Parts: sequence; C-alpha cells; structure tokens
Amino acid sequence: MELFILFLSAILVNNFVLSRFLGICPFLGVSKKVETAVGMGMAVTFVMTLASMISYMVYNWILVPFKIEYLYTIAFILVIASLVQFVEMVIQKVSPTLYQALGVYLPLITTNCAVLGVAVLNMNEGYNLIQSIVHGVGAALGFTLAIVLFAGIRERMENNNILTAFQGFPIALITAGLMSIAFLGFQGLL
Amino acid sequence: MMDITSILYPVISIGGLGILFGAGLGYASKKFAVEVDERIPKVRDLLPGANCGGCGFAGCDAFAKAVVEGTVNPSGCSVNSKEAIEEIAAFMGLKVEQTEKKVAVVKCKGTCDKSTNKYEYYGITDCRDAALIPGGGAKGCSYGCLGLGSCKKVCPFGAIKIEDGIAVIDEEKCTACGNCVKACPKAVIELVPVSKQVRVLCNSLDKGKEVKESCSVGCIGCRMCVKVCEYGAMNFENNLAHVNYEKCTQCMACVKKCPTKAIHGEIISEEVNSSTQAS
Repeated sequence: MELFILFLSAILVNNFVLSRFLGICPFLGVSKKVETAVGMGMAVTFVMTLASMISYMVYNWILVPFKIEYLYTIAFILVIASLVQFVEMVIQKVSPTLYQALGVYLPLITTNCAVLGVAVLNMNEGYNLIQSIVHGVGAALGFTLAIVLFAGIRERMENNNILTAFQGFPIALITAGLMSIAFLGFQGLL
Repeated sequence: MMDITSILYPVISIGGLGILFGAGLGYASKKFAVEVDERIPKVRDLLPGANCGGCGFAGCDAFAKAVVEGTVNPSGCSVNSKEAIEEIAAFMGLKVEQTEKKVAVVKCKGTCDKSTNKYEYYGITDCRDAALIPGGGAKGCSYGCLGLGSCKKVCPFGAIKIEDGIAVIDEEKCTACGNCVKACPKAVIELVPVSKQVRVLCNSLDKGKEVKESCSVGCIGCRMCVKVCEYGAMNFENNLAHVNYEKCTQCMACVKKCPTKAIHGEIISEEVNSSTQAS
C-alpha cells in the first residue's frame, strides 16, 4: 500500500514536469506531435527505471562504503550517460523501426534532468531499492502522461488563430503553466 | 596532513566505474553492431535533402536506402535534378527511367471578384478546417479553392502563394512532390505534365446553371470544347471537361472556344503550333 501511494504520488501529485519542474527541455521540445511524445515517454520510462535502480546500487554499494557521497552527481551522470548509450545500441539492433521513430530524442535523454532528478531524490529521501524503482517508474509515467497530454493540446493549437506575439513558445509556456495549475488539484489526493 | 585515501578512493571508484561502463559499452557495441551499407550515404548526398516525402518514403535517407536495395529507381525522386539522377544511376549501374516532369496546378480560377461567397468566414485559417463547416467552406462553389492556404503550409519549396483568394503555384519552384495534392480537402490541385499548357482550370461538378450563379469563370458543361477538338483529346465526365494530355496537341481550339474561359492555355506562336501538328 505504501508503495502504491509512492507510485501514485510520483505520477500525479509530485508530477516531475508539472509540479517539480524537471525535464522541461524535452517537455517543450518534443511535444509537437503526440506520436513522438509517446516515443519519448517510453524511452524515458525505460531509462529512468534502470537509472533509479543502478544509481541506487552505485550510491549505496560504492559511494557510501568509500565515504565519497559528495561525488554522487558525477557518478549518477556516468550511470545515466552509459545507460542511454547502451539502450540506443540495443534498440538499434533489436528494433530499427523504433530506433528510427525515436531518432535524435534517444541520445537527448542523457541531458534530461528528470532522470538525474529521480536518482538524486531517491538518495535524498533515503528510499530502499524497491522504493527507488517504484518511484522511478512512477516519475517516468508521470513524465509520459504530462508530455502526451501537452502534445495533444499543442496539436490542436496548431490550427488556432493565435496573436502573433504569442505564437510558438510563448503560448506553449502559458499552456504548460495552466496545466501545472490543473495538476495542483491533485495535491489533496493523498 | 591530508589523508591520501580521500584522493585515492574517489579516483579508484569513479575511475573504476568509468572503465567498467566503458568496457560494457565497448562489448555492447561489438555485440549489437549494425552493418550499414556504405553506398547509402553516397546516394544520400546526391539527393536534394528536402525530406518532402514526395517519393512515398519517410525522407531522403529512406529513399537512398531503397535505391541501394534496388526497390526503387533513382528517378522516383521527382524533386531531384536530371543530372543528379543520372549520377546516382551511373553510380548504382542502373538505367534511368525517363519520366516527364510534372507540375502542380490549381484547377480553380475563382478569384474574389469572379466567384461569390455563401457567407463571411471568420475562423481558423486552414482549408481542412473550413471545409468541415456545413456547405464545405465559404466559397459559393463547393468544389473550388478556398484560398486559406493549407497547401501553402505543406509546400516545402515555398512554391505556393495565396493571391486574390486562390492558391497560385510558381511553376519554376514546383517540384511535383505532391504534398499539396494530399493536403487539399477539395482535391482541387492536380499534377500535370509541365509541357502541356492546355488545362481545364475548373473543378466543379455542378450543372451549368449552378456554376454560373456562383462563378463567372467555371466550366458550365456546354461541351463546346469536345465538339471543337479534332484530336478527341477532350473528355467529358460529370459536367466537367478533362484534357487527355496524351492526345492533346495544344492547338488551342478549345481555349479559344470556351465561353467562360475556364480552359487555360498559353497561345504558342504559329510556327511551333504547325510543327507540333505536323508531327
């Protein structure tokens, strides 16, 4: 039950994009089409889950015993970067179609601060291995949910008559802000 | 004195992690290596790189791959220049299939002063949305160009502009990629051979009386062009004249005869005209 609450809170209440404001770059950059947004969400989910697991292991089994916790940022980045590289290779071999669909967004996950964010949060909150993984999956699904919803809205906005001054990113940022306020409504859920 | 271990441990652990991941990735890159045909980038370099999708593939990369695999002829790219197509063909040891260059034509002359409007349209400036409104848009003729520029938006070459309420195509810039043909909700754009100048610039299937009410330059279905054509190049179907480009000799008889000037044709000088007739 505790794990379920953790999972749900990571998706809705503490949504990484809309209430923690992490991973804004892909949120704005890859949200022009629902299709690519879904692909991005799936790739992030995969990387985030593995990253939260491996970074937990690296932190608790290597950094803590050596008493060099202050190196966590560089260690986590190392984990995430090599993980993304590995995922890219595997996908290219196993499913060229998916590789084509994801394109440049796959390597971009390396610089997605939401992935680093989930690793750092797991460490700060002192979650154990299972909790870390559940939190990672929840956060990733929350990211996917936010980016897909946002892409749906932006697809519709394409056909609207928007003031010249607001066209493009300004209106996207305003929309993201309104979505964030909407997600504030989940605050009372738990 | 500073403890030597405070330097040693970070170096060993982070360095060790780096080496471990590096070795893992190195192994993975061997294990999951994907062979790429080295001819593909060379063919790709000879393509225009507009990624317009006119060839039916996902982009120039996909087209280059298909050329190397032999599933498509280099001339399948209508955008590419003749020289580049021949170069690719020579590189791949293929023969070029000769295809006549085509150009997109908007089959509508209903500019603001020549056609009527059913109502004033204040909405999304996109034909695909406007066409969903009852009546199929504001234009009096439900087959004509709405002039809201859906085709202009999808044209990767900037060859379309909206002038006086209808889309106008710049034949110099048009590469016949066909994006506008797909985008137009009225199916008013057609790809025609660039060398044939006689074109019926009307898309209306309405009867003559209705056409007259909504537009002064529409095809009213009088069949004058069919009667006047000596070569049987004019077909008539659903109240609308069509040119059979294979039979048309561009004698311009129909252009002169058409009472509403719905058939477009640039009058070619007598000399050229007679030589085409002789052949």
